[in-house]
Amino acid sequence: MKRLLAPLFLGAASALALSATPALAQDMVVTNAKLVIGDGTAPIEGGVVIVEDGKVVFAGKPAPGQRIDTAVVVDAGGAWVTPGIFATLTSLGLSDVAGVRDSNDIRAGGAPFSAALDAATAINPASQHILVHRAAGVTRAATTTLPAGSIFAGQGAIIDLDGDPQAVMQPRAFQMVNLGEGGAQLAGGSRVAAQTLLRAALREAQALVGKTGTPQTAEIVKDDEVLLGRFDAEALVPVVTGKQKLYVAVDRAADIRGVLALRQEFPKLDMVLVGATEGWLVANEIAAAGVPVIANGLVDLPETLEQLGATQSNAGRLAAAGVKVAINAATMQDPRRLPQVAGNLVALTRLPGATGMDWNHAFAAISSVPAEISGLGGKAGVLKAGAVGDVVLWDGDPLEVGSVPTKVFIGGVEQNLENHQSRLRERYRELDEGQLPEAYDW
Amino acid sequence: MPTHHPPRARIAALATLASALALAGCATTGGSGGTASASDAKAEAKQFAATPPGEPVYPSTYKPYPGRPTALKGATVYDGRGGVIENGVVFMSGGKITAVGGPDTPIPADVMVLDGRGKFVTPGIIDIHSHLGDYPSPGVEAHSDGNEATSPTTPEVWAEHSVWPQDPGFSRALANGGITSLQILPGSANLMGGRSVILKNVPSRTTQGMKFPGAPYGLKMACGENPKRVYGSRGRMPSTRMGNIAVDRQTWLDAIDYANAKNPKRDLAKETLVGVLKGDILVQNHCYRADEMALVLDMAKEMGYKVTAFHHAVEAYKIGDLLRENDVCAAIWADWYGFKMESYDAIMENAAYLQREGACVVIHSDDQNDIQRLNQEAAKAQAAGRRVGIDIPDAEVIEWITYNAAKAMGIAAMTGSLEAGKMADVVLWNGDPLSVYSRPEKVWIDGALMFDAMDPKRRPVSDFELGQPGEGDVK
Repeated sequence: MKRLLAPLFLGAASALALSATPALAQDMVVTNAKLVIGDGTAPIEGGVVIVEDGKVVFAGKPAPGQRIDTAVVVDAGGAWVTPGIFATLTSLGLSDVAGVRDSNDIRAGGAPFSAALDAATAINPASQHILVHRAAGVTRAATTTLPAGSIFAGQGAIIDLDGDPQAVMQPRAFQMVNLGEGGAQLAGGSRVAAQTLLRAALREAQALVGKTGTPQTAEIVKDDEVLLGRFDAEALVPVVTGKQKLYVAVDRAADIRGVLALRQEFPKLDMVLVGATEGWLVANEIAAAGVPVIANGLVDLPETLEQLGATQSNAGRLAAAGVKVAINAATMQDPRRLPQVAGNLVALTRLPGATGMDWNHAFAAISSVPAEISGLGGKAGVLKAGAVGDVVLWDGDPLEVGSVPTKVFIGGVEQNLENHQSRLRERYRELDEGQLPEAYDW
Repeated sequence: MPTHHPPRARIAALATLASALALAGCATTGGSGGTASASDAKAEAKQFAATPPGEPVYPSTYKPYPGRPTALKGATVYDGRGGVIENGVVFMSGGKITAVGGPDTPIPADVMVLDGRGKFVTPGIIDIHSHLGDYPSPGVEAHSDGNEATSPTTPEVWAEHSVWPQDPGFSRALANGGITSLQILPGSANLMGGRSVILKNVPSRTTQGMKFPGAPYGLKMACGENPKRVYGSRGRMPSTRMGNIAVDRQTWLDAIDYANAKNPKRDLAKETLVGVLKGDILVQNHCYRADEMALVLDMAKEMGYKVTAFHHAVEAYKIGDLLRENDVCAAIWADWYGFKMESYDAIMENAAYLQREGACVVIHSDDQNDIQRLNQEAAKAQAAGRRVGIDIPDAEVIEWITYNAAKAMGIAAMTGSLEAGKMADVVLWNGDPLSVYSRPEKVWIDGALMFDAMDPKRRPVSDFELGQPGEGDVK
C-alpha cells in the first residue's frame, strides 16, 4: 500500500499505527471536500480527510502542492463531507417496532431491576432502525433503556451503526434518572419521593463502594414493585464515585437548580442534564456548574406543567451562556431528524428576539458536542487525527431538509446504505404488474 | 385586590343555588299540588322543539379582523395551484386577494407596500390533520378531549365541542408554521370517531369564533390496528380487521335505513352518517395500509358514499393508480415510519410516487410540533422524489400544503391559493419556504395581519400563558 509522502502525514499515521483495526477498514483519502470538522469551526473548501486503520490521521486543507497517495481515493467533487452524526439520546437497537411490545426492549416496567439494567446486553446491530439511521448519516449513538419500574433508566451504551456484530463501542457509559414529573410518578407519586429515593439509592451505593461479591444491601420496595434492588444499588456505585456519568432528565427550572445542588451532597457526581426545557431560565447557573446539557431542540409548547417556559431558543440561549449543549435526539420523530433540528436552530439566528446557533455550532451540537458529553471528546463526532473514521459525504448542505448522505464510512469502512425502505423504494419505482406481481420484483 | 368582590360573588352564587333548589322543588312536586296545575297547562300549550336537523347550530361567529390594503412586491410568489411568479405582486384588500401577478400588476397608490425582494409568498399553510384544541398543551388528563373512546362508532360526537381555544399550540402553528386554516379531527380509536371541525387559526375566546365560515364537516373514520386493539382488548367487537369492516358495514346499513325512514326519531350518530351519504360531510379516513384502503374504497362503493382523503396513508404509494381512479387524496407524513406494524412500509418517496401516478398529495402533521414545519416536511418528500428521478417543481410542492389540503377539506373555493376573490390568507416567508433556514415573517388571515416576526406585540399569547415563564417570548 502506498503511503503518504508528507512528513506531517507520516507522523500522524505512525502515531496511530497501533490502534485497533476494524476487520474491513481500508485506508482511504477523501479529497476535494467542503469539509466540516465538526468542532464548531467553519467548513474548509478543498479539504481532505485521510483515514488509516479505521481512524482519522488528518483532516483539513492540504499544504499547497501536497501529493496524497493512498489505496482508495474518494473524490468528493466539492460536496459536503462531515463527521458522522452522533445521536444522543436514542433507543436505537433496542426495538424493532415500538408499538409491538414483544419487539420492544426500551422499557421493562415488570422487571425487578432498574439501575442495573444494561442496554449493551440487548443491542441488535441488524435492527432496521440502525440501518435506516446509518443511511441518514448517523454513525454513533448513545442508546438507552427508559425508566419504567423506578426512577432509574438503567445503563446506556455508546454504539456504532456499522452493523457488524460488535455494535457496542462503550457499554455502561452512563446511568439515567428521571427527576421530573415522570420520575415523581414512578417513585410513588411526588417529586419529594423521587428525590428521597435518589438519595437513598446513592447512599446504598456509597455503602457498597469497595465491596466485592454479591451485593448486600437493603431493597426498597413498594407493594410488589422493587424501586431499588441490591443489584441496582451496586450499579450505582460507579455513579456515586463519579466513574460513570449520571444523566438527569429534568425540565423545570426549579428542578434543574435542585439537580445542580446534588453535588453538595454527592460531590463526585458527574452529571449531564437531559431535556432541560426551562434551562434558559437558569442558564448562568448551569454554566457555572459546568454541567453539560442534552437539550430539547425545538420543544416550544408547555406539553407538561414543568415545561411552561418552553421555547425553541432554549438551546441557543444555553449555549450563549457558555453551557455545553448537544441536541437531544429523543424529542423528535426519529433521531435521523437531528440535522433538521440543527438547521432550525440556524434559522432562529434570523428571527428577531430568538437565539439560535450559527451553522458551525449547530452542526457541532449533533456531532462533536454529544460525543464529548458521551466521554468521547476527540474520539468521535469530529474529523481530527485520532478520531474514529466516521466520514459522511452528502448530496447537499447536511442541515438542509432533503439532504442525504451519498457515502457513509464508519471506522473507515464504507457502509451499505440499503434497508427495508430502500428496497421498497426500488420495488415501487413503477407500478407494473403486467407480467408478474410486484412480489417478484426484488 | 378589593375585598368586596369575593363576598358579592359568593352572594350571587348562593342566590343562584337557592333558585336552582326552588326550581327543583317545583319539578318534583309538579302535578301533585294545586299551584302546579297552571304551569302544567302552559307546558302542554308550548311546543318544545330543538333546531331542526340541517339548520346551522353552533354556527361560526368568526369575522375577519380589520386589515389594511397591502401589496407585497418583489417576492417569489407560489400561488398554491402550481404556479410561480418571480418578482411578483400580491395585493389584498377588504380581506380578499385582489390581484396576483407580475411586477407590472397595477396597485392603487395609497396602499401599504411591503418590499418582498429576496422573500417568498405562499397561500396560508393548511393542515388537514390536527388535534390542536382537542389534545391541547399541557397534555394533561384533564385536557384529553380528543377521542370518545367508549364505543367503536361515535359519529355523534363533534370535535368542536372539545376544542379549547386557549391551546398555546394554535399560536405556534401560526408563528412558526404559517398555518391559517386547520382541520381538527377526533382520534382514531374508533372506526367512526365523530365530526371534524375546520378552524381559522385566529385566537378567539370561543371555538365558534374560530370556526371556518361555510366549511363542510368531515367524518373521521379509522382502519386497522387502533379500533381493533382498543375494543378487542376490552373483549368487544371489533377485535380483528374483519371485525372492523363488519361493524362499519352494519353501521352504514343502519344509517341507510335511517335515511330512508319517514320522520325517524332523531339520532345524532345517524345524522352525521346521513350527511356523508348525501355528500355534505367529507370522509377523512385514517388508514395506513394499501390493502385496507382498497377494502374501504369497495365499502364506500357498496354503501354509496365517497372517501375524500386517506390520512396517514403510508402505503398509498403502492396504490397510487387506485387512488387516482377513485379521486381520493392521500394525506401523509414525509418521514414517519416503523413506530407501529401498519407503518412498517413507510418510505420517503410516498408523495413523489403518488405524484408520478397523478394522485392527490397532501402533507399533514397529526402533531403539535410538525404542524409548525409542514413546509419542511413537504421539502423532504420533494427531495426524496428528486433522488429517484421524479422532479416536482417547488410550486407544486407548495400545493401539497395549501390548495390540495383545502380541496380535501372542502374549502378550496374560499382559500388555499392566491387567486383574486379568495380569502387573503397569506404568508410572507423570509426565504425559500422549502428550506430549513426560512421562517414565516408575516401571516395574514382574511387580510388581517395576525403574526409579524418583526413586531413582538403582533404575536398571540393565550390566556393560559399569561403570567407564566416565557409569556410573550419567541417560541
